[in-house]
Amino acid sequence: MSDPGILIDAEARPRLPPGVRLVHSEAQGGWVLLAPERVFKADAIAAEIIKRCTGEVTFAQLVDDLANSYTAPREKIRADVATLLRGLADKSCWSCDNGRTRSL
Amino acid sequence: MVAREAFEINRDPAGRPMLEKPLGLLAELTHRCPLGCPYCSNPLALDPREGELDTATWLRVFREAAELGVLQVHLSGGEPGARRDLVEITAGAHVAGLYTNLITSAVGITDKTLGALTEAGLDHVQISIQDSDAASADHIAGYDGAFARKRALAAEVVRHQLLLTVNAVVHRANIDRIGEMVDLALALGASRIEIAHVQYYGWALKNRASLMPSREQVERAATAVAELRTRHHGRIVIDAVVPDYYARYPKPCVGGWGRRSLNVTPAGKVLPCHAAESITGLEFWNVRERSLADIWANSPAFNTFRGTAWMKEPCASCPRRELDFGGCRCQAFALTGDATATDPVCHLAPNHAQVEELAGVQTDAPYVYRRMASRQRADVLDDDDALSIQRRS
Repeated sequence: MSDPGILIDAEARPRLPPGVRLVHSEAQGGWVLLAPERVFKADAIAAEIIKRCTGEVTFAQLVDDLANSYTAPREKIRADVATLLRGLADKSCWSCDNGRTRSL
Repeated sequence: MVAREAFEINRDPAGRPMLEKPLGLLAELTHRCPLGCPYCSNPLALDPREGELDTATWLRVFREAAELGVLQVHLSGGEPGARRDLVEITAGAHVAGLYTNLITSAVGITDKTLGALTEAGLDHVQISIQDSDAASADHIAGYDGAFARKRALAAEVVRHQLLLTVNAVVHRANIDRIGEMVDLALALGASRIEIAHVQYYGWALKNRASLMPSREQVERAATAVAELRTRHHGRIVIDAVVPDYYARYPKPCVGGWGRRSLNVTPAGKVLPCHAAESITGLEFWNVRERSLADIWANSPAFNTFRGTAWMKEPCASCPRRELDFGGCRCQAFALTGDATATDPVCHLAPNHAQVEELAGVQTDAPYVYRRMASRQRADVLDDDDALSIQRRS
């Protein structure tokens, strides 16, 4: 497991690696993250975060965007996003903009 | 905020489990295969080429599967590359909205076919390897040159920026080289490796004693996997489970019968798991005659072992009954003759001693290879075949 104490670089540009997709499934009643041999159910907040992981915006911009869209303290959002991204990194469902999957 | 694996059991207000929606479909496009692996888990009686579903039927099955809730389709076989319409089939699954996973031996998928598959929307490729050593790998597969072909296709998969999983099938002849197989997977550019211990179904039962690892080998393998996971954390995902005959609890086979996945045979029968036809007396329905939704909800084979009502003791009152679902029905039937018995792999099963006894039967005798009749052998696609299907723009 990744160390929750390790910070994510504010300039990292998170994106889903090839072969990992977020899709909305009517039949399954919500958002799901599809990866090789794995399916993760994403609740509405997780989906909002993952949708922003395009490889174009930085971690800091992503947190700002969510803080503007939702009425929650920036620090709380930063911690939530970091937790989600670390969890995805452990499952190899997250990579940064250099194209290599890495742990945080 | 949740990104959660393993969908929980849905219940009605009275607390009874409701009919689930399947997540995965294993599409066995053909039983034809060029390899002769002694551990082939396909049934002893293979579906002949002339009985295989046609392209249009597969595409209908994929559309019905997506409507039913299926998210991922695993295009498998046999060797799926033996189907000349593989690109069309893959495109149809992609258009239906499914995540497409190609499970291949690599023999029969040309570089050009892979290019066309990528354009068709393929999401992921899984290539099996028989060993880290070329000579041993080809010996196990019963096919000279298979190992070199796997390396070449893996390189193409990476070049096309597709995600690659290596499926390393392990048994007594290669289980001591798991570290080398993980190194190979890393060198090939895989992001994931499955350490898949041989399971004894279908043809593999014929070779059980020649494939069975010793307890010491299994223990060394478990230690090796733990060390490899630490060493390679973040570089490659290593999936491995304890092999059946040495486990304390049985595997939750297919995540529970008729709960998360279904399997369509080359001839169109819909099975709860790919070995289910080995259980005699079950009635399977066929996609040629009925919709997938009808089959999923109403087929006698699916309802026979769905839920927990069919269970006997010690499963019926076991606190793990909705974790491992009594284990594998096919294994229970194969070893005890009773498909409602507890999977004998479970240490609580009345027949568990039989499993320990069988695990002790080991031999270095030569393999009985799976050699198919010529009409069931795979034709390797030539370039023209691979490109004869119109590409999507």
